[in-house]
Amino acid sequence: MPSPRPEELVQIQYRPPAKEWLDTPVEFRKGTYCYSALPKNLQYLGFPNPRDWQPTDADWKLPKDWKRIILEGMRDRLNRFRSFRLFMDICVRCGACADKCHYFIGSGDPKNMPVLRAELIRSVYRRYFTLTGRLFGRLAGARDLTEDVLKEWFYYFYQCTECRRCSVFCPYGIDTAEITMMVRELLNLVGCNINWVMEPVANCDRIGNHLGIQPHGFKDSIDFAASELEELTGVHVEPSINRKGAEILFIVPSADYFGTPHYYTFLGYLALFHQIGLDYTFSAYASEGGNFGLFTSHEMMKRLNAKVYAEARRLGVKWILGGECGHMWRVMHQYMATMNGPAEFLEPPVSPITGTRFEHARSTKMVHICEFTADLIHHGKIRLDPTRNDRWNVTYHDSCNIARVVGLLEEPRYILRHVCNQFHEMPENTIREQTFCCGSGSGLGTDENFEMRMRGGFPRANAVRYVREKYGVNLLTCICAIDKATLPPLLEYWTPGVEVAGVHELVGNALILDGEKERETDLRGEPIARKGVLVHA
Amino acid sequence: MKRAVYSILTVAGIAVLAGAAARDAAVLRWLAVVVPYAAFATFVLGMSWRVTVWSLSPAPFRIPTVCGQQKALSWIKPDRLESPPDTLAVVGRMALEVLLFRSLFRNTRMTLREGPRLVFGENKFLWLGAMAFHWSLLVILVRHLRLFLEPLPAIVLAAEKLDGFFEVGTPVFYVTDAVVVVGLLYLFQRRLRDPLVRYISLFTDYFALALLAGIAFSGIWMRYFGRVDITGIKEFALGLATFRPVALPAPSDSFFVHLILVSTLAAYFPFSKLVHMGGVFLSPTRNLANNNRARRHVNPWNYPVRVHTYEEWETEFRDKLEAAGLPLERK
Repeated sequence: MPSPRPEELVQIQYRPPAKEWLDTPVEFRKGTYCYSALPKNLQYLGFPNPRDWQPTDADWKLPKDWKRIILEGMRDRLNRFRSFRLFMDICVRCGACADKCHYFIGSGDPKNMPVLRAELIRSVYRRYFTLTGRLFGRLAGARDLTEDVLKEWFYYFYQCTECRRCSVFCPYGIDTAEITMMVRELLNLVGCNINWVMEPVANCDRIGNHLGIQPHGFKDSIDFAASELEELTGVHVEPSINRKGAEILFIVPSADYFGTPHYYTFLGYLALFHQIGLDYTFSAYASEGGNFGLFTSHEMMKRLNAKVYAEARRLGVKWILGGECGHMWRVMHQYMATMNGPAEFLEPPVSPITGTRFEHARSTKMVHICEFTADLIHHGKIRLDPTRNDRWNVTYHDSCNIARVVGLLEEPRYILRHVCNQFHEMPENTIREQTFCCGSGSGLGTDENFEMRMRGGFPRANAVRYVREKYGVNLLTCICAIDKATLPPLLEYWTPGVEVAGVHELVGNALILDGEKERETDLRGEPIARKGVLVHA
Repeated sequence: MKRAVYSILTVAGIAVLAGAAARDAAVLRWLAVVVPYAAFATFVLGMSWRVTVWSLSPAPFRIPTVCGQQKALSWIKPDRLESPPDTLAVVGRMALEVLLFRSLFRNTRMTLREGPRLVFGENKFLWLGAMAFHWSLLVILVRHLRLFLEPLPAIVLAAEKLDGFFEVGTPVFYVTDAVVVVGLLYLFQRRLRDPLVRYISLFTDYFALALLAGIAFSGIWMRYFGRVDITGIKEFALGLATFRPVALPAPSDSFFVHLILVSTLAAYFPFSKLVHMGGVFLSPTRNLANNNRARRHVNPWNYPVRVHTYEEWETEFRDKLEAAGLPLERK
């Protein structure tokens, strides 16, 4: 079991050390960093400097001219990204962001304050790219780029989940996610990356999904889900794969068909689509909605994302529907059309069931499952029995990217209000645009990083604990695959007794299917415990 | 602490040097013209250069930080200011940000209590201090136009009237003179007293505040305590503004100190974090609309990348696709 225990972990000191941050080199403590990427993954992707190494090694086996590579990489990105240059220039160090970062709240490490995390590279920017930094050096907050600095970058920029919470509070909108993306790109130039990101990227590129599930395995898991759904509901569904001429291509994160509790949400999708008679297909080639390229580089993100439009075009679908996932929606919403569009071969999305034109998605041609389902419910196109979810006392966790990138706040809540009877919000500073990260996003959800994940997830878990104690909440719903994978161990650690589920798992439970058998169990195969006899139509 | 003291000493040093220089009439005459022109030119050129560099670096992606409900389904009310769906709403969001410091207004203070229980309390002091300082500075700047313009525009008279609302003292006491000092002192002591903010503060952070305070104090001294020839100063300022410099009225030690500090600020401005004044307007997380899926954003340097194509994929997994009975592109 995990060391340290929660009682120990929560002894957090928010007092910075006496020594200045410029004089405190990084220490790689077990449980707080991720292992390096395996050479085979970098080799497959054509990434520089594949080698065997670990962050704890004294010698990182950097290329001889690593410093030149980094500085030229910086110059290139300063010229290509206004965000990067601006965020290097305009921070006034007001400190409003300091206690907004979940990693700072959970660790007390001052370098986890967003402002200081950014200063780690800003100090180098000043030294090599500004007049005052070149002239006045340390007095102007400038420092040389050394191997120690690079190691510090590696540690702290793989200790940011790109959740953008700090950016909400910054008077200039400085977004640490943007800075982290730049530094990770730079680190990738000299081969300093982590396996938990690079292996999924390599798998996704070659095979089609993070877990490296090959086409036949993909088909098996979908067939298995279909037969399981039949067993649970008595209704036979026939999802298709790579079917040309389908109206809609449905893209989900691969964990949905291979992970728990994601899987129950997947059953929910299958049930819903069957009930409304949706003409849709999965793709085995683009069998991953998630995109760890986002945590690697803009180029890698584009490489992986390109498959989605390519497959939509090949299959001849009209538009794309996307499942429950967080960072996938960052890519789909803010990057896809720019990187791989315009998608003129698709049509502006229209719900075949309600006739609703999804005007807000007319360019990207991709609709979020919660938008789609909320629209169905609003038009009374599905019948729901929320009492089937009576054993759950529900709260909702806004996933970072869904909240602060898409602004999809009300749709999932609208659905939840129709599929369950007991719902309670967590405190307002911990939800919606102020939501706290699960602490394991952006490719940091690996076991060797366990302590840091528990620290980073502490604010979220603490808010869950609050509603558990106050209202008896026993289910945390969310619409992010990383959440579903990493919140269960987090809650087990900080506030045992609260389970995690996707919104469409509850939809699947409540959904009344034509020709279904008497539903005695929910999608988890556990008995349905109704409190009343109230049935919503 | 060290940095705070050094910053004050630096500003004091500049002031003392200016005072000493003012003793020599010839030097004074020369410096009073050269320094303001040089400083002003540095400010204008420096800031233009900054803004040009920012503007020339493209915004390849539309990456607003969304802080409210998106505009999607017609029956869910969008939050137009926090998730602006169009340019008009973006203007509104930027106005809130620039004029009222919207994001800073959100500020909270986290405390970890027994339990453990995290509490996020209200914390509006930073917002209040920042508003007090910035707005006072703006009103003071507008008031100073009196020295450069003849006849006086209505906005100057309005600013003076509003600022001298209490109508106490001779000369009339300006509220902003007090507020700007209170704001600066608050910001300065906050940097020193909050251990986390102190930890991240650089010399330049203290220096900017100390310099502004030096300017405020020397100005206040002239207006309420020292004796300066205001008519002579206006003639001098008008002379500078019309590029027909005239001599400073005598004695003008305190004015000269004020002038040198202001010149220092102007020259220092483009090389410091104070460029946030211009930068805030260009921040891509604030000045772009959240309409990504409705309108495609174009990246000027979008380049083709290597993609593992469907054809390559089908070739590699052909056997497995066949075995699983999945349709093939090439039979």
